[in-house]
Amino acid sequence: MKPAPALAEGFPDLSGMQIAREPHWFRWLSVALIVLVLAAIARAFANGQIEWSYVSRFITAKVILEGIVNTMVMAVLAMALGIFLGVAVAIMRLSPNPVLKTVAAGYTWLFRGTPLILQLLLWFNLALVFPTIGIPGLWSARAVDVMTPFLAALLGLGINQGAYTSEVMRAGMLSVDIGQYEAAQAIGMGRLRALRRIILPQAMRVVIPPLGNEFIGMVKATSLASVIQYPEVLHNAENIYYANSRVIELLIVAGLWYLLVVSILTPLQMLLERRFARGTMRFAR
Amino acid sequence: MTKPLVAIRSVSKSFGEFQALKSVSLDVWPGEVMCLIGASGSGKTTLLRCINQLTAIDAGGIWLDGELLGVREQGGRLYRLSESEIGRQRLKTGMVFQRFNLFPHKTALENIIEGPTQVQGRKVDEVRAEALELLRRVGLAAKADSYPAQLSGGQQQRVAIARALAMKPMLMLFDEPTSALDPELVGEVLAVMKELAKSGMTMMVVTHELGFAREVADRVVYMDQGAIVEQGHASDVLGAPREARTKAFLSAVI
Repeated sequence: MKPAPALAEGFPDLSGMQIAREPHWFRWLSVALIVLVLAAIARAFANGQIEWSYVSRFITAKVILEGIVNTMVMAVLAMALGIFLGVAVAIMRLSPNPVLKTVAAGYTWLFRGTPLILQLLLWFNLALVFPTIGIPGLWSARAVDVMTPFLAALLGLGINQGAYTSEVMRAGMLSVDIGQYEAAQAIGMGRLRALRRIILPQAMRVVIPPLGNEFIGMVKATSLASVIQYPEVLHNAENIYYANSRVIELLIVAGLWYLLVVSILTPLQMLLERRFARGTMRFAR
Repeated sequence: MTKPLVAIRSVSKSFGEFQALKSVSLDVWPGEVMCLIGASGSGKTTLLRCINQLTAIDAGGIWLDGELLGVREQGGRLYRLSESEIGRQRLKTGMVFQRFNLFPHKTALENIIEGPTQVQGRKVDEVRAEALELLRRVGLAAKADSYPAQLSGGQQQRVAIARALAMKPMLMLFDEPTSALDPELVGEVLAVMKELAKSGMTMMVVTHELGFAREVADRVVYMDQGAIVEQGHASDVLGAPREARTKAFLSAVI
């Protein structure tokens, strides 16, 4: 065997040496500054005109808890209605049928084009336009009895959400490669089945982050339903401070609940994203 | 006397100004392996896509297994068929794409059983057994639970062939099945196609693999500018072309 050529001198073996840690003085300095600022803010609030005992007393008050449950129920139902409408409208929008296309575009135009609070007030006051509603000859009722705050909030929030969600869904469906439609057709699938089995599951991966945004927006948008007497958490907090005048304390109570709910939703969204990321990983987990 | 499985008569197709097919007529006989060759833009892929109706023709007619595709003739007029009727007609053909088009959110096995269970409404257990057999046939029995992203291009294309075969088509259409593959992966896909040809499947293959055409094809069809220029046995068309355009094309690719 031929010996390997001798190595040049002057290059020591460094393999045993560790890399020293950098001191990062500036990072420590900025952390100290931030802590100081936060402490000052905390001190200001602690000494301000806030009775923290009210916050801790009302944060678990029955009315507040009922309020947050109502908030969540409304957010989930209205979002479900919104996604249902959104998917349907997105499919209509991408259909070759000009009638469906125009209807879908008109819906989006109308409900995105007017403020949500105005839509809520219109639904709630529907009785002013149609004193009685129903199906001629079969069933009828007074609109005031039918259009409860719950129903008005659900329709107002859900239908408005559908207009936004339809655009999110449409973007997701457009993101799927055209070859996927063709492959689905080539194994004999019709348009709707291809959408349901092949296109939408792939679109979901793209639309979940914006839908998570929309859902968080929805949780907070339910607070608008307080103007039509729907007993969600902000509405109930307001009712309490009308009685005891602890305005800031109760607003903080409501705010803490919203923060808690939104904090729980973020990891849930990550779980969903993982579910729909099937097949995008190069190596199986 | 046998009838052609596919009868193409005076089919034309334009994309805007561009005329992709100019009154093309052709027969494909049961059990025949036909290779379509020609430069890009010659219309060979369009012809294939017209047969499984991913592209609608402008004029002419295509009969598959004796059935007119895409339209119904009644009282001297043609009426477009519904989406579901076209879907039913597509079941007679299997398509293999240049870019594979496997469903990325489903495993190899799920890709194969999707059509038979969803479209043909067959039982999952029974289809699964057939699908595993198909995977074995294309040499990928061990990859049943892999997602497309975990497979090489050649493996993906072999799954795509199995997916098409799972529908039990009468005719297999291959649209440049090896053009998107690295050279060392071409052989494994061609081997599967050769085996399929030997089993008696009727195949139309758009390809640039002249070696494959020479070895496997019963007939080679050379197309240029939307028309068939020359056709015949592989050794004649590829070995002793008569038309000047065929000669020019062959000398350019070899």
